[in-house]
Amino acid sequence: MLRKSPFFIVVLLLSLILAACGGTQPAAEPTDAPEEAQPAEATEEEPAEPTEEEPAGDQPYAGTTVTIFGAYTEQAEVEAFEQGFVPFEEETGIDVVYEGASDFEVLIATRTEGGNPPDIAGFPQPGLMKRFADQAVDLSTVFEDGYLQQQYNQSWIDMATMPDGRIIGIWNRAIVKSLVWYSPAQFAEAGYEIPTTWEELVALSDQMVADGKVPWYAPMESGNATGWVGTDWIEDIMLRTTSVENYDNWTVPAAPEDRLLFASPEVKQAWEYIGSILLNEDYVYGGILSTLQDRFFDTGKPLLTGEAMMAKQGSYMPGWLLEDFPELTVGPNGDLNYFYFPPIDATYGSPVLTGGDVYSMYNDRPEVREVLKFLTTAQSIEPSIKAGTFIAPHTDVNMDWYDEANRGIAEILANADTVRFDGSDLMPGEVGTGTFWSGMVDYINGEDLDPILEEIDASWPAQ
Amino acid sequence: MQQQLQQPEKGSFLSWFTTGVGRVIVALIVPIITFAILWQSFVFMRDTEAPKLLIALVALVVGVVGVWALYIGTNFFIEQLPGRVRDALRPYLFVGPAMVILGVFLIYPAIGTIYLSFFDARSESFIGVQNYAFAFVDSAMLIALRNNLLWIILVTGFTVSVGLLVAVLVDRLSQWEEAAAKSLIFMPMAISAVGASVIWSFMYFAKPITQPQIGTLNAIITGFGGEPVLFLLDKAINNFALIAIQIWLLTGFCMVILSSAVKGVPDELLEAARIDGANEFQVFFRILVPSIMPTILTVSTTVFIIVLKTFDIVYVMTNGRRDTEVVANRMFNELFRFGNSGHASALAVVLLLAVLPIIYWNLRSLREQRS
Amino acid sequence: MSAPPQTGPITVASPSRTAARRSLRDILSASSVRFVVLVLCFLWSVPTFGLFISSFRNAQAINNSGWWSTFYTSTEFTIQNYVTVLTAEGMGNAFLNSIIVTVPSVVIPITIAAFAAYAFAWLEFPGRDLFFAIVVLLLVVPLHTTLVPILRMYVGLDLNGTFLGIWLAHTGFGLPLATYLLYGYISTIPKEIMEAVVIDGATPFTTFTRMVLPLSVPAIASFAIFQFLWVWNDLLVALVFLGTNSEVSVVTRQLTELVGSKGQNWEVLTAGAFITMIVPLIVFFSLQRYFVRGMMAGSVKG
Repeated sequence: MLRKSPFFIVVLLLSLILAACGGTQPAAEPTDAPEEAQPAEATEEEPAEPTEEEPAGDQPYAGTTVTIFGAYTEQAEVEAFEQGFVPFEEETGIDVVYEGASDFEVLIATRTEGGNPPDIAGFPQPGLMKRFADQAVDLSTVFEDGYLQQQYNQSWIDMATMPDGRIIGIWNRAIVKSLVWYSPAQFAEAGYEIPTTWEELVALSDQMVADGKVPWYAPMESGNATGWVGTDWIEDIMLRTTSVENYDNWTVPAAPEDRLLFASPEVKQAWEYIGSILLNEDYVYGGILSTLQDRFFDTGKPLLTGEAMMAKQGSYMPGWLLEDFPELTVGPNGDLNYFYFPPIDATYGSPVLTGGDVYSMYNDRPEVREVLKFLTTAQSIEPSIKAGTFIAPHTDVNMDWYDEANRGIAEILANADTVRFDGSDLMPGEVGTGTFWSGMVDYINGEDLDPILEEIDASWPAQ
Repeated sequence: MQQQLQQPEKGSFLSWFTTGVGRVIVALIVPIITFAILWQSFVFMRDTEAPKLLIALVALVVGVVGVWALYIGTNFFIEQLPGRVRDALRPYLFVGPAMVILGVFLIYPAIGTIYLSFFDARSESFIGVQNYAFAFVDSAMLIALRNNLLWIILVTGFTVSVGLLVAVLVDRLSQWEEAAAKSLIFMPMAISAVGASVIWSFMYFAKPITQPQIGTLNAIITGFGGEPVLFLLDKAINNFALIAIQIWLLTGFCMVILSSAVKGVPDELLEAARIDGANEFQVFFRILVPSIMPTILTVSTTVFIIVLKTFDIVYVMTNGRRDTEVVANRMFNELFRFGNSGHASALAVVLLLAVLPIIYWNLRSLREQRS
Repeated sequence: MSAPPQTGPITVASPSRTAARRSLRDILSASSVRFVVLVLCFLWSVPTFGLFISSFRNAQAINNSGWWSTFYTSTEFTIQNYVTVLTAEGMGNAFLNSIIVTVPSVVIPITIAAFAAYAFAWLEFPGRDLFFAIVVLLLVVPLHTTLVPILRMYVGLDLNGTFLGIWLAHTGFGLPLATYLLYGYISTIPKEIMEAVVIDGATPFTTFTRMVLPLSVPAIASFAIFQFLWVWNDLLVALVFLGTNSEVSVVTRQLTELVGSKGQNWEVLTAGAFITMIVPLIVFFSLQRYFVRGMMAGSVKG
């Protein structure tokens, strides 16, 4: 580590005084090239000497450390992720350190712009990742031609490609959002059938009400992200009621004039669909008040007790219950099971809405490349898959790793006519993490739809 | 202040020249050596693998002794200088370090912020005052500005007056009663923003009328036969609900500072007024309040600025939904979630502009005090 | 009426003090004062008290019934929330880190600010009003906009991820308020006292150390508490400048990790809030005795 002399500091302080008194001369600003050759980060005591005496011959990267910075901090999730690296670490000698922080958005912005990026960052939203594209390494120069195409379907690669052709991310853990959860025991007891069309879904909901049951539970409270539960509904309904082109123009328009407005009939119709379910006081458990105030991670609980019958949530939903129900089982004979959120208009087939983590690389060192390459293999998330929480976007996944329930979800993904990513994660932050969410809360609160949609359109940034 | 002139000049010009230069050089070495020692200990703390407790100990010694050593060393140097230079330099020994640190950590970034406020979202091209147009025209921003005004008036008004009330009242209680009361009012200050959000989400929680309430306030309201109130969702009251949290948090701050001022008011002064026949309200408004006016100004200014910068309560509780946006929260979102550094910078500058009247007020009172 | 010139803290006993307080009680009876104070204290502590009760209940119970129901129904109290927080991996280390971060981050800005506040109040120098205006203006600079420029500087200096770096950052962020508050206090020291010392032939430095500093103890103590609280409860600055490595994680970081990135385990916050409050409250109580000393009593100003 470089040691700066006191003299250097004195000079710096003097120059700062000059800068402060004399004007804006940025005397103290370091040169703008910290990305290259920047040591990972000063916080970790980077071992100058190998930490352990390992036979260097077997481990080409012995003594090196690679830091992955991510958004999730749950102990079980982190452990499963780290476990995936154990064989890799033994083989290469690279110490892979995962650091998670719930203030991920703030930290990644500060660190990349402050010249202190992590080696690799895992983004929950590709839109966020693209904001830091300038600092990220172009992965098409890292992997040989055709390698990524061999590991992923093209649509995953497209979602991490910048307009100028640079590939800045690779996908690692995927989730499927187009699912409706229910309790098989409750369904069996009441003799309900799994609906396969929207009409059947609505008929089933009415039947449940007639039977004195409450069909839906859709709690949305998620702190400063409240609203995302509802936007997932809109996106799923969009994929079922209009063309893929419209979905793409709605989320990531190729040109400003292509943009499908929120106020357009296609989008408005999707809002009305969700309104027909969630604004119906008879349909939702605890009424609209509970939808707005209950915490989203309690979604599954009333299903288990029969207080509510169905909940539309992603493949990760059972994971929220493990804290309170460690023995929870998922499957046709388990405590909970899922069915595919049914199509609405047959012309648009069976689409699937997905989400996932996408990883960008900021420090180009040989060992970082190795870690990133490992992340492009399904093996890296084998423990996460086996824990039953994630689906692999990789082509080299071993279907035996999935349990029965998750294999079904993987198959839904594989059999989909169209796969699209969570739209709010793709839209500009002002909309995707701003007015779209808050507009959803306003709508559930009973406000008029047209002004809400116009307001969202108005908040779409000009560039 | 004329105290600098009290120091008699030592020796003639010539003798200063022969012995003085050497003395100055020697004196200059003192602060430099102090600095060098300090820096070495910093480097030690930065790079060491030593046990945490040892580092903590070194840290404490350096933090406390080190800063003082620097001042004493520099003072020693300045005192060796010839009279006029010494007198001119002395004040800067006192303000210099503060201004240097402020320059590095706040002025330099603030200048950068002002500069960036004229650039686009990605700080790439100059766009004039467009960001300011956004700040004052955008409909969401207009709501934020309105809310900020509400926050400033209500929070500053309530915290300062309740803080003053408590400070005056507890002064009349026994010592242990005073300590207990002050501690209870002060307690919220010790709770982090996230902790406060948990507390208040349980104060405000509303269950449907058919279910038992778990929120304290709605339990009281429904207990008296009322309908549950949606404190955070109802646009008519949600801003007040958030403002109440800030009042709850900040009153302790005002109380602590105002209390020390109240205790500084001499009893003779109050007593004299009473003998002249003033009643308690007159004593309070004509004697007590004017004598602690400088402190009231200080506290009001501080609360005003804290409120301008308030963002965590809003960010955690509503994130600006349902018309509860405030400027600082929007700035945070623009900066980190929306990635629009132009908007964020302009909003930061708006906050800077908002304090200008307060600065004027402070400078005026400063001049009055001096004359 | 000027106080006798003294070096060191000035405590002038006021014979009429008790008499004055007694005559107050005659008019505004002590019981009505007590009543008002009691009501305010009650209002202020209900929310915290509710959280305190809740911290001994599990998440299910908190969600299903109000905390007051524990008074009339038999409820099973649990210390599980406290156990979860206290036994969490790395909690002891985090406490130590928080202390290492906080103490110098309080002492350094107070020292520097006291020097500056004294100069603003009692020394004559060019640019004084301008500098003072700048200090007040800087009070409002949102620290979020300073993070990136400071981080860049730190990366260049190799200061990132060091305790020194975070102390300096907290010093910078706390300095305007410290200077401003201490100025407000130091400037009210009666002129007579200051002039008496000057006649004794003291230099500004000795005036400051022997006279101003001891007199300012109440103000210093109150700012120390606030700065302590802010630094102790800070999460963002620590994450940015100290980093996300678990070796250097502070208590607030440890708590947010326990709660989870989606807030699933929010119930640990109930206990966590009280556990993290302990240290600041100890500081508050130990400094509280400095507030009650009528340090400037006996000399009338203006």
